[in-house]
Amino acid sequence: MIELYLFLAFILVAAIIATEIKDLLAAVISLGAVGFAVAIVFILVQAPDLAIVQIVIEVLTVVIFVAVISRTTHIDETIGKKLAGTQIFAVVLFAFFAILFLVVMGKALYQLPAFGHPTMKIASEYIRLGLGQTGGANIVADVILDFRALDTLGEATVLFTAVIGVAALMRKSGRKK
Amino acid sequence: MKGMSLIVKTVTNIVIGFILIYGVYIVLHGHLTPGGGFAGGVIIAGTFVLKFLAFGGTARSERESLTIGSVFESLGALLFISVAILGILLTGVFFANFLAKGIPFHLVSAGIIPICNIAIAIKVGAGLFSIILALAAMKYVIED
Repeated sequence: MIELYLFLAFILVAAIIATEIKDLLAAVISLGAVGFAVAIVFILVQAPDLAIVQIVIEVLTVVIFVAVISRTTHIDETIGKKLAGTQIFAVVLFAFFAILFLVVMGKALYQLPAFGHPTMKIASEYIRLGLGQTGGANIVADVILDFRALDTLGEATVLFTAVIGVAALMRKSGRKK
Repeated sequence: MKGMSLIVKTVTNIVIGFILIYGVYIVLHGHLTPGGGFAGGVIIAGTFVLKFLAFGGTARSERESLTIGSVFESLGALLFISVAILGILLTGVFFANFLAKGIPFHLVSAGIIPICNIAIAIKVGAGLFSIILALAAMKYVIED
């Protein structure tokens, strides 16, 4: 388990670098490092389906970010500036709620069952019945496309809506000059 | 958008077929090995994005690609939802697995799961390719 914690620490460090660095291109590369470390963490906790999706999505995300940054600007000008009065109020408010969230979250996480011991019976039922009832050897495909196919339909609808939104934002006709 | 250097174009020509075949493999073996429609569709979209980034394209070809991408995305969504509605018509249950289960661990098995994987791959691949084309390659808004 030690390598899992090493990668989690790496994710934290890379995420902090991504928010604090002044060059946006370096921030995007740091964000990509976070994504690939998450993929490795998925492999370490034995979720290869998620790892494949995470890797390919991370590649496409970094491509989008780099393409957008290379067409606009490299420098993040908001970093290193002094905060105005209302911004200080916002930061204090955010810090208060973040600490509150951490305290409540700590109490909630303390009551969770141990890693690998689910409280619900339904997951073990899926694993027991998956191969026999659907005939699919990959239990993840059995769950997302047979037992819980309605959830997958919802996920596909979300992606469809996202594409429609992007196409509407980037349209040419009907825009005011 | 403009293309890249000769080195990038040559390497793209060599690897793009392998990446496409790997994406199709991930989709078709989604019910047997890790992967599935979503991951395979994104890999297939990645080959088209790679080709566009390496070779570039004119404003007209980008617009046509966006149209084709949106048509394929709608086709994938229609295929997925029609499989689900066929379940209602044949057995009375939404998303019922109405095809024969087949022998486990064989390529043609698991009923509707491979068909759903293919539909999702078409939908996700075309959708993500359209998003990247609209966000990263197009110059509609900036140049007009």
